[in-house]
Order: sequence, then structure tokens, then C-alpha cells
Amino acid sequence: MTALLFKNARLIDPEAGTDSIGTLAVRDGKIAGPTGMDDARVIDCDGKCLAPGIVDIGVKVFEPGERHKESFRSAGLAAAAGGVTTMVTRPDTTPAIDTPEILEFVRRRANEASPVRVLPMAALTRGRAGREMAEIGFLMDAGAVAFTDCDSVVTDTKVLTRCMTYATSLGALVIAHPQEPIFSAGAAATSGKFASLKGLPAVSPMAERMGLDRDIAVVEMTGARYHADQITTARALRRLERARAAGLDITAGVSIHHLTLNELDVGDFRTFFKVKPPLRSEDDRLATVDAVASGLIDVISSMHTPQDEESKRLPFAEAASGAVGLETLLPAAMRLVHNGHIDLPTLWRALSLAPSKRLGLETGRLKAGAPADLVLFDPDAPFVMDRAKLRSKSKNTPFDEARMEGRVLGTWVGGAPVFPE
Amino acid sequence: MSFRARHLLGIEHLAPDEITTLLDLAETCVDLNRSADKHDNALQGLTQINMFFENSTRTQASFELAGKRLGADVMNMHMQASSVKKGETLIDTALTLNAMHTDLLVVRHPDSGAVNLLAQKVNCAVLNAGDGRHEHPTQALLDALTIRRAKGRLHRLTVAICGDIAHSRVARSNIWLLGKMENRVRLVGPPTLMPSGAEDWGVEVYDDMHEGLKDADVVMMLRLQKERMDGAFIPSEREYFHRYGLDAAKLDKAKDDAIVMHPGPMNRGVEIDGTIADDINRSVIQDQVEMGVAVRMAAMKLLADNLSAARTQPSEVTA
Repeated sequence: MTALLFKNARLIDPEAGTDSIGTLAVRDGKIAGPTGMDDARVIDCDGKCLAPGIVDIGVKVFEPGERHKESFRSAGLAAAAGGVTTMVTRPDTTPAIDTPEILEFVRRRANEASPVRVLPMAALTRGRAGREMAEIGFLMDAGAVAFTDCDSVVTDTKVLTRCMTYATSLGALVIAHPQEPIFSAGAAATSGKFASLKGLPAVSPMAERMGLDRDIAVVEMTGARYHADQITTARALRRLERARAAGLDITAGVSIHHLTLNELDVGDFRTFFKVKPPLRSEDDRLATVDAVASGLIDVISSMHTPQDEESKRLPFAEAASGAVGLETLLPAAMRLVHNGHIDLPTLWRALSLAPSKRLGLETGRLKAGAPADLVLFDPDAPFVMDRAKLRSKSKNTPFDEARMEGRVLGTWVGGAPVFPE
Repeated sequence: MSFRARHLLGIEHLAPDEITTLLDLAETCVDLNRSADKHDNALQGLTQINMFFENSTRTQASFELAGKRLGADVMNMHMQASSVKKGETLIDTALTLNAMHTDLLVVRHPDSGAVNLLAQKVNCAVLNAGDGRHEHPTQALLDALTIRRAKGRLHRLTVAICGDIAHSRVARSNIWLLGKMENRVRLVGPPTLMPSGAEDWGVEVYDDMHEGLKDADVVMMLRLQKERMDGAFIPSEREYFHRYGLDAAKLDKAKDDAIVMHPGPMNRGVEIDGTIADDINRSVIQDQVEMGVAVRMAAMKLLADNLSAARTQPSEVTA
């Protein structure tokens, strides 16, 4: 593999917390430090940003089951174009990824088709039904990096406790969706002035805190390694802070949509803005942005959830939830930087370093020896989002026709260019 | 003064002058409906389809009569019984209607926003006859006409809307309309049937009928769906009637000349005492039904005008 030398780069180093012009050398697929060898191919970055590639926890690829919505190929191309170098994929497919055999299939398909790294997660319970434990040990041997039933909450606390106890003995990471499932059943929006005016079925934001409270208690009992997929309300953040202070092994994520949009964006029943959990109030949005800045929320994800037009062109309450996000994650996140809420190294801590650390990966860093998973981007390049141009098979983005800033110029995985194709 | 809307999906996006234009035109329809020859050919040659995804007798009859009196070809489609059961989507239904060259489409649907969705896909004028808990604009307009005729004005009135606000599209459309016309709106009902965030709507919220009705000019009762007991919204019909049903003692708190309204169908002895509903000095419930036909005629006339303008000069009418 040829050596690369990125010159005149604005290096965003989330580990050191620095943002400075410099040079970065890559050799044998790994970062080699600030000086290169004579035979290196020189890439003049022209002062643009060079950062570790994004590690996106919670990407939904519809293999097996519904490849017409998203395949490993289309998702991988979208990821590469979005600066995402590792997709940590969700097991909420049909069938669910809950046996080592299905996981093998997923890994094989991912290796064949995706230009970026794919690390699969597996279901915590069989069929994500919340009744029987999945084969956590075998699944780990097969390469599962975390265990989650995704948005299907394990309602039976007895089952959850046993799964967490078992997972703890294997050192497995459990990822949960904090939500009180009976309280929030049927909800399509966050209750309040807006949802009530539109007559949408809605749930109190308190449902998230209720779910998190229960999970925290189980973590306290079992000592599990726990990650909340999305914390989106100020109320739940206070509980998270307390649990963290008590020394529990709890981390949390948030989707880019909850950081950049609020409940009012739904407007006149625009189903591309229907996500799970539902978009929150502006106060809650700002609280989550602050929590990312302070590090209370560790991880920002795209929560990439492709849905075809048929699933979305329905009355709001019946429409499918979720939005694609692999390609829009970076420019949407740049809104937080341009608004002055957060600086680039802090943003990259949440996009790359923290998710890498939580999964025990070497990526997410610029130090010598780390894998050369890199993204080169222009943080200021303006463009108008056109959903038809997305590489995902599904085009359900809430940012269609939005004015955005931040363009990916190049993406490398293990030192090999994956974007532009 | 003009009416610019292409569809009547809700009151939210109407301007006050559009409301006034519509009500003024409805007055002429009232006169027509009271004459011997109740016929006008304003919608001659146009096709009106009433598409009801939810059971309705009164609203559908009112729209049907309105269309027929204006000379339209009216067809009723009961969607629970037909293609919806075969899995046809709302979008496919819209395409079918386009192929039939429909001009006016009246839709009722159990999901909030479903009529908006349909309106995006059809090339005719759409009238919302009630979508989920969202809006029921012709009900608010007929209520407004009834109030205007009974009180002589449609501004600076205190209107108490009472009962199951949370599940009511009638309440939401009325809140929009009465607010736009500069009235004081009160919402009165048990907290379990009060929508979350209602206090931020620019209305006053009460959970006590006696306080909420004090000095009101208009008392608007809402129907209590019988199934509300199932979701533990209220304990029983008799406790509900005791605390929130409109009886003489509670009505006594309102102004002496306060009028009593109800969108129908009524549950006598649940949300309203039968004797009050029948009191010709207080109740305008029968007038509401009469105004309903007139308001729907006016709405269809205005939309038909805008539709023909849009079809000849597409740029002149805004969506």
C-alpha cells in the first residue's frame, strides 16, 4: 500500500482537543505521524479540515430482508460520501440479526459490498421480542460488537435483568432505547402545544426519563456496560448525569436530527420529520446540544433509517419512523459549529473518538499507529440539499432543500480512498 | 375582500377576511335554502365526491344536500366498506379520483393530516369534513355563522368550549376561528380531556364548569365519545354529567342571553341536559344544522370559482 502525506491540513484531533494546521503521514493503512517518507503521495489539503472518520453507531441497513430500501452497497457508498468510515449496524432487520448464522451472512455481505468498515450489532433477545435471550456468547464470537433490541424496549424487567447480568459476565455492551413502552404506545409526536394543535397522537417527554430510570436501576443491579441509544430530553439528561456521577458504566448517544431539528419542523404533517423518539421542544434540543458540548452525551449518530416512499406517504400517525442520515450527518452537525455551540474537536469527539472508545476500537484518533480512517472536508462549503442525489436507496431526509454548509472532499478507510469513487 | 384558498383543509391557514367573505356568501345561501325553489346552478356540470373513511350521517347529508342544491353531480363513497379494506393507499385513491375528473372532493378521515396528504395529490378542490383530532373547518364556520346571526357580531364575545377538548377537531377549528376573529375563548373540561399545552394556545383553561361558564356569551358543548371510559379518561357518565354536563344550574353562570350550541349528535344526559338542548330560547342547535348546509354551499362555490380560475390561469390562485 502506498504511503500518503496530507500537507497543509487543518487537523481536527479529538483526542488532543486541537484544531491546527499541520501535516499527517499515512503508511501501511495506519497513521504514521507528522512526517512522511520520500515515496509518499502528497495530498495538498489547501487548509481544509482533516479528521478521523466518523464512527456511526446505529445504522440501519435492510439486509437481510428489505434490500430495496437499503443494501450494504448503497449504505456503504452513502457512508463514504458522508465521511463515515465505520457503520455500526442495527439488528432490527427482518428477520432480526439474532443468531450467529444470520450475523455471518451480514458480515459476508458487508465485506463484499461496503467500501467502509461495517461492525454489526446483534439482538439482545430472540426476534427482538423481549422474551428469550439471544446467544450472546456465540454472537460475540461471530463478531457482534454490541447487543440491542433497538427501538423495541424489553418490557419485562426480569428478562432485561437476566440479559444484562449474562452480558456483563461476557463484557458485552448493551445498547437500549430508553422509553416507557406502554405509556408511549401509538405516539407519533411529543405532547405539547404543537402536537395538540395538529391533533397528533403524542406522548409526554417524561416517557424517556421513565425508561431511563428503569434501565439505570437494572445497570446498578447488574453492573452492565450500558449505552442509551438516544437521550433527547433535559429531564432524562439529569438522570444520566446522576447515574454517571454514581460511577455506573453508562454512556449515551443522540441522533443528529434531535440536535438540529425540533417538533415544529413537522409543520403540516411532514412525515420525513417523523423519527423515534419524536422530535422534541426547542428547550430540549438546546439541552441535548449543551450535553454534547459538555460530554454528558458521548456519541452523535445519524440513526440512519431508510424508508421507501410508500412507508412515508401515509397519514402521519401511520407513516414509518426514521430518516436517512449517513450523507447529511456531517453538514448537519456543522450547523452546531457554525452556530457557535460547539467546536470541531469536541464535535469529533462525539462523532468519532467516543464511539470508537465505547466499542473498544482503535479508530477515532490521529495519533501514530491508529488506522488511517480519515475524512477531508470543507466546513464552510455551502450547498442546497437535494434528496434525489443521495446515494441511499431511500431518500427520506428531513433536510431536503435545506441550505447546508460542510462538504466532504475525500474519505479514506485504512489509508485507501473510498470517496470520491 | 376575497377568498384565495384552493382547498378548505382547516381554519389555521385562513385569513379573517376570507372567513368573513365565506360567511357573507353563506348568508345568501341561507336565503336560498329558505325559498320555495331551493336551487342554484353554481356547480352545474361539476362532480362532487363525498369520501368518508369514518361513519357520518349528518355531515355527509349536509354536504350532499349542499352540492345538490348547487346543481353538482354528487356521489357518496363509503371508504370503510370498499377499497381501503383491500389495502389501497390514500395515494392510489387520489389517483383514481383524478382519473374520474373530480372537481370537489369532500373527505373525512380518522387520521390527523390525512386530508392534507390527499390534497397534495389530487387536482381538484378538497374540503376537509374532519380529519382525526385535527380540524373540522366547516363545523367551525357554521358555528361562526350561527353565533354571528344570534349575537349580531363575531368579535369580542366570550365563548366557552366545554367537554372533551382533547379528542375534538371541532374544538380545534373553533379555537382557530374564534381567535382569528378576536374573541375570548375558554376551554372547560376535566384535565384528562384537556390537550397538553392548551394553556399556550391563547385561551383560558378551566376544569370547573361554574367558573368557566361565568359571564359567557356562548356555551359550546362537545360530544363525549362513549369509549372514553375505556381509556380511563373519566370515571363514569353520571359523574361526568354531574361535574361537566350542561344543566340549568351551570348555565345560570353564563350571561342571561347566552346561547347554547352543540355540534351533534348529542348524548342527552351525558354532556347536556335534554331540556336545555330543547329550550328554544337558549339552544341554537337546530340553527347550527341549518347553517351547516349554507356554509358548505358557500365554501364549495368559492372553491369552485378558484378551481376554474386555477385551471384557466394556474398562477393566479395560491395554494
